[in-house]
Amino acid sequence: MNADAVVSIQGVTKTFAKANVTALENISVDLLPGEFVSLIGPSGCGKSTLLRVIGDLIEPTTGTVTVNRKSAHEARLARDYGIVFQDSVLFDWRTVAKNIALPLELLGWDRRRRAERVKEMTALVELSGFESHHPWQLSGGMQQRVSIARALAIEPALLLMDEPFGALDEMTRERLNLELLRIWHQLGSTVVFVTHSISEAVFLSTRVVVMSPRPGRIRGIVDVDLPQPRTVQTHENPRFFELVTAVRELLRGIESAEEDGTLESELLAAEEAT
Amino acid sequence: MTTIVEPVPRGAFTRRVGRHVGDWIPALVVFGLGLASWQWLFPWLGVERFLLPRFSDVLDAFWTQRDSLWSAGWFTFKEALGGFALGCGGAIALAVAFGRFRRVGAALMPLAIAANAIPILAFAPITNAWFGLLSPWSKIVIAAVLCFFPVFVNTLRGLTSVQPESIELMRSYAASEVDVFTRVRVPTSLPFVFTALKVASVLAMIGAVVGDFFGGSTEALGIQIESSVQLSRYEEAWAAILVASILGIVFYAAIAAAERRALSWHPSTRGASE
Repeated sequence: MNADAVVSIQGVTKTFAKANVTALENISVDLLPGEFVSLIGPSGCGKSTLLRVIGDLIEPTTGTVTVNRKSAHEARLARDYGIVFQDSVLFDWRTVAKNIALPLELLGWDRRRRAERVKEMTALVELSGFESHHPWQLSGGMQQRVSIARALAIEPALLLMDEPFGALDEMTRERLNLELLRIWHQLGSTVVFVTHSISEAVFLSTRVVVMSPRPGRIRGIVDVDLPQPRTVQTHENPRFFELVTAVRELLRGIESAEEDGTLESELLAAEEAT
Repeated sequence: MTTIVEPVPRGAFTRRVGRHVGDWIPALVVFGLGLASWQWLFPWLGVERFLLPRFSDVLDAFWTQRDSLWSAGWFTFKEALGGFALGCGGAIALAVAFGRFRRVGAALMPLAIAANAIPILAFAPITNAWFGLLSPWSKIVIAAVLCFFPVFVNTLRGLTSVQPESIELMRSYAASEVDVFTRVRVPTSLPFVFTALKVASVLAMIGAVVGDFFGGSTEALGIQIESSVQLSRYEEAWAAILVASILGIVFYAAIAAAERRALSWHPSTRGASE
């Protein structure tokens, strides 16, 4: 275990007893400060489960997770991370400003301090002027930017993202990828990014963790040595294609767990219900 | 149950009123035609007075008997209001409990559904025996029981129809259960609750008037309708029905207004085209 690690995962296994499925098996990996790490794999490989284990939203069956040198549980209680889901999970009854301020309200910040931070955050995600809009008045891409602003409002050292751009169209997605990289450079936080787009993973990440399904294991880790900052031209870099091929090779031969019926989302839902 | 959508287009006041008048024209035309046939067509076709007295005669009775009619109306309206408050209050309280203790809720749900299938109005003569013929409580209880189920089911559905990600988001902020309830569950449930309250307002009036039919104070509207018919004063019976209808519509409109105020953020009340 690396002493500097922001996230340290040691021998994590997760079995969903009810469905009798091993979602994660013996996962060990350290994430260093400022890294942008993607988790990639076919549906059912446990990448969303792993993200939730890091966030202490799911407890591992065995193994330990430390975040900021604390247990994952302590880190959650200390609000050490922000999270972004595939759905923006914005509250329709709150304006953009109030959605972003939600975690600050829970922290007990006063109104003035909240307003200042909200202003910074809307500027960061380039949504200044939309503070008093309601979420349903915004496009999908804008909603997801609000969601990112909300996650970053508490200035977490760690940002967890569960397929944040998976529901967006290709063009919006590429624009938000660039925006995310700009924000990441600006803030220097560590990012864990779940995706099943190979090119997205390679384009964004400093490392790509490739996972296999049933049980979810780490198949391999690809270091992405593309120059920073990444730009639109990065997509045309020959090295980009080599790395995409490397990730694809690792993924090849992994059978999709979708064929055996249950999807990871269903497992998570089943677990929620207990 | 579907929400009744009443869009309020924004913009200049004149344009708003203009749109509204336009929206109302078809309904007003049909209403006017109905009244005209009531007044002239049916008597001309030979419909007897005891089946349907002329509208002008009903209006006449409505005016000359106004004091006793409105005092009877108020008497029965108070019964309806009491039943509404009791039934809806109990339903919301129980829904909160069922939502909090899911297992208990799920275990008792079949009982609630079975109880709903009982034709409540059949109990009206018995509630008279329980609370005394002249007590308003026998009618309040009927109205309350009628209101209970739709409010209970809708509130429970509203409180539990929260996206799992919303709960995960709140957990990631280490939010307390009270925070999750007040900031997520309650606002999510409000559109459901108001839909049910509107239904309940109608049911409460029905319960109170029907409760009156089985005996009670001569001050009650239901009793007045019944005795007017027995005395062949059909115009007065119809005038009393008119009073009951006006009170019912005012009751419904008051709740609809409260809904629009409480759900000012909701797309259906704001005009989602912006």
